[in-house]
Amino acid sequence: MLHLDMDKAKISVSHGAGGRMMQELIKEIASIIENKKTRDGRGIDVLEDAGIANINGTKIAFTTDSYTVDPIFFPGGSIGKLAVCGTINDLAVMGAKPLALTLALVLEEGFPMAELKKIVMDINKEVKKANVAIISGDTKVMEKGKIDKIIINTAGIGIVRYDVSDYYARPGDKVMVSGSIGDHGMALLARRFKFETKLKSDCSSIASMALSLLKTGGIRVMKDPTRGGLAACLNEIAEKSKVDMVVYEDKVPIKEEVRSVGEVLGIDPMHTACEGRCVIIAKEEKAEEILNMAKRFDRNASIIGDVVKGSGKVFIETKIGSKRYLESPIGELYPRIC
Amino acid sequence: MSSCKEKDMARDILRDIKKLGIKKEVRIMEVCGTHTQTIARYGIKNILPENIKLISGPGCPVCVTPASHVDLAIKLAEEEDVIITTYGDAYKLPGSEKSLAEVGKNVKIVYSVDEVIEMCRAQRDKEFVHLSIGFETTAPAIASVLLKNPELENFSIIPSNKLIPPAMQYLIKNDCKIDGFICPGHVSAIIGAKPYERIAKVYEKPCVISGFEAIDVLKSILMILNQIKNNISKVEIEYKRLVKYEGNKIAREKMDKVFKASNAYWRGIGNIPSSGLKLRNRFKRFDAPKRYKIKLKDAKEIKPGCLCSKIIVGNALPTQCKLFRKECTPYKPYGPCMVSVEGACNVAFRYG
Repeated sequence: MLHLDMDKAKISVSHGAGGRMMQELIKEIASIIENKKTRDGRGIDVLEDAGIANINGTKIAFTTDSYTVDPIFFPGGSIGKLAVCGTINDLAVMGAKPLALTLALVLEEGFPMAELKKIVMDINKEVKKANVAIISGDTKVMEKGKIDKIIINTAGIGIVRYDVSDYYARPGDKVMVSGSIGDHGMALLARRFKFETKLKSDCSSIASMALSLLKTGGIRVMKDPTRGGLAACLNEIAEKSKVDMVVYEDKVPIKEEVRSVGEVLGIDPMHTACEGRCVIIAKEEKAEEILNMAKRFDRNASIIGDVVKGSGKVFIETKIGSKRYLESPIGELYPRIC
Repeated sequence: MSSCKEKDMARDILRDIKKLGIKKEVRIMEVCGTHTQTIARYGIKNILPENIKLISGPGCPVCVTPASHVDLAIKLAEEEDVIITTYGDAYKLPGSEKSLAEVGKNVKIVYSVDEVIEMCRAQRDKEFVHLSIGFETTAPAIASVLLKNPELENFSIIPSNKLIPPAMQYLIKNDCKIDGFICPGHVSAIIGAKPYERIAKVYEKPCVISGFEAIDVLKSILMILNQIKNNISKVEIEYKRLVKYEGNKIAREKMDKVFKASNAYWRGIGNIPSSGLKLRNRFKRFDAPKRYKIKLKDAKEIKPGCLCSKIIVGNALPTQCKLFRKECTPYKPYGPCMVSVEGACNVAFRYG
């Protein structure tokens, strides 16, 4: 339907925005790579938040992510904090206990050392907090103007403790979020457009919360709603698990300020990235227990919907009681003009 | 407003709508892209009785911006080496052959015209041309900038601002089947209620100026249906928290100082008398086509197979277009209504 012609097309910003265009690009890339997984492991054949390799009976989760956020220092964090938390979170939502990270820095000529130091100090603070180690690294410098300030890549490994997967959602399950939605994306946009708000990014490690919740044995899917936000995250789970979902708009925790910034810019908070939240698909009988536990970490944790029989669609029951599709965002998010 | 309360309010309004017992088909048109979005986002069409039809009119400023204006902007960027500034929404709007997004140089996305002025001051050796699109909501901002910065030498605009009420009258005169109008909120905050009086009195179409919450739109629909039931047609304001009958006099005065009404071409619709804004003589140095002595050329406004000219006047639905979701998507819009988040096709694509 929306076929990407890799022989002719050019990359646009929308290909990195977390929506359907990015999914398509990733699928095209994955289709070229022939070795997609290790024996008995899970790899880019299933495209989850981390791959899993089976080493002598131990399952290792392995992931990588590059960070290009602008501005590099933002309310609630920095590119350094994000680079650690993002990778740790990708491991945690795969049911793994994060163990070690790599750190690769690509720096623009002229980038102030003092800022680099601040970023590395943020990195140090987060790895200590999460009790992981950085065991390898790399630095490169590019000529001025060839990149924008700094790009960080981190890869991470963790030991898989719990079997969760995007493919495990079943009719009857409950859909939960661990906190308010869209804070990170809206805080950054607000800063970029020079709005005065008290908004802060939710950027943080969710590993310890994830591991405690997973202990209940009631979680089938865990996923962090980063680029593309809650909408993209739910659609991905629904498609992979071949189920439908119904989300109740009035149950989704969205901060008033997030909502207002979204309204001014014409951007749906449900399409906006979180960097310290997770979406949980829980067995019905365990849902209340998990919710109560999650509320201890964040009082905004909520059950927001139900998994029902279907073929991969997500519906939202709106606040006036009507129903429509909750679609993944398409590509880049443009503010409205009228 | 708590959402629980909103659900109750919605239920009450729907009950009142059903109580009116209107059996015939009623076609209500909204002429504001933000209303189009509210209607889709909250699924308002799905909860109304089947005989009440909501139809999107020409309420998205990007959709009605002529391809000839895009072509002109592209020509300036490519041949005159001036920097074209535009709102993000218009960036991907197709011209005859391509969009500004495909130019590759000298095009900058801005969020307000003030940003352009900052750039003009910072780079005196460069010339900037703003593709000035939008309705009565954006025109006062442009007017205000021109009034405040008469000395600016490196700034001009492609005047493409449009006026909503003349377009509404045009639709009625040209046999579009419409029984009532949900009138725009922000536009009316500037122009007030008076410009719709003629539509209500002469053409006997109920007009209700609505806010942007789901409840506002539902209430406005009820108000229109009430008028229809009672065989009256007048202008009412539902959006009282923002809109006054007389509108915003100061903003209007600024607009009047800088612009005067002129004929304008609406993409997909055609020429509509007195529906555009052209710069008054005093300000003609800011008129980019005059400044660079470039004539607007005929352009490929609606390309073969595209149904936008019917969609924009409410005579077809996006889903009736053969290109919808196939050759035409927000990734690569073929027709103008797929470009902006306020365009009827784009909204239909996103909200299914």
